Amino acid sequence: MEEQYYAMLHELQAVDFVLVELNLYLDTHPWDTMALQQFNEMAQKRQFLAAQFEQCYGPLLNFGHSASPHGWRWAMPPWPWQV
Amino acid sequence: MNQFRVYCPFIGPFDPCPPIREKVYSTPPNLFLGFQPPGLPQFNAHEALKLGTLWPALYSPYPGKQT
Amino acid sequence: MWIYEKKLQYPVRVSKCDPMMARFLIEQYGGADGELSAALRYLNQRYTIPDQVIGLLTDIGTEEFAHLEMIATMVYKLTKDATVEQLKAAGLGAHYANHDRALFYNNAAGVPWTASYIQAKGDPIADLYEDIAAEEKARATYQWLIDMTDDVDLQDSLKFLREREVVHSQRFREAVDILIQDRNTKKFF
Repeated sequence: MEEQYYAMLHELQAVDFVLVELNLYLDTHPWDTMALQQFNEMAQKRQFLAAQFEQCYGPLLNFGHSASPHGWRWAMPPWPWQV
Repeated sequence: MNQFRVYCPFIGPFDPCPPIREKVYSTPPNLFLGFQPPGLPQFNAHEALKLGTLWPALYSPYPGKQT
Repeated sequence: MWIYEKKLQYPVRVSKCDPMMARFLIEQYGGADGELSAALRYLNQRYTIPDQVIGLLTDIGTEEFAHLEMIATMVYKLTKDATVEQLKAAGLGAHYANHDRALFYNNAAGVPWTASYIQAKGDPIADLYEDIAAEEKARATYQWLIDMTDDVDLQDSLKFLREREVVHSQRFREAVDILIQDRNTKKFF
């Protein structure tokens, strides 16, 4: 795999991780409007990064949550444990 | 805060192995934080991923067994 | 329903071929305090717990499946190209006889996973205290696993997983706090 694959993936993993943390935090702090605002900002950023990644390396999500404009790349390697 | 505690186990006169005099156990910050207050300082996204939490107040380093 | 995302939550790198470490890591795959137990425990408890904490159980349960995939990735990489001789020398001869290099839900001693590792009591406090205990036990297991390898890349991923146990424990403790407040509670007695 090329270097760019790992770089783009890592960027997405970092933003997604912040979203996981904020999500669990908001589950017990639903009244924290600052955290909610940060969550929504990060959700937008992740959409942008995920779209960029999918453009280069194919769909991230199954069942139509990612479109597959360049042939059926979903079922093609590499799978996460192979890289 | 120091995230480890130490105790000294009893050393019996007939213990067959050379004694480990101090035993260390982990006391991570979730034991002390209480209900997390809003607005705590955060790591940036890459640090957070690397360390496994968004908040320094919940970060618990594990350097490996001391003994 | 669940949607699969074709990426790991955290990058997993393994720098040395060490099938014996795979044998120990499988504790967190199919062991009592492993990630499979965690995911199934929390997702199953959701149906009989107050609405205020269903979201948290759903989300932590889902994250545990991401951790299960990370452990699987470690075991896969540690055994993928190991020879039968290496597997036998690593104490995986019995595993090879039954499974070749396939992953299996058993613990480090080869005992298959069983539902009796997890509990659903229908009592919110009992269930959440079990969940807190499970997180602390998994944290301890990660400590001993970190102690058993000198591969810094593998240690890095294991330290990430250990930290997640700390954060999950924190959230479950907060869930208990939420449930013991008696705001909104109608007088029962």
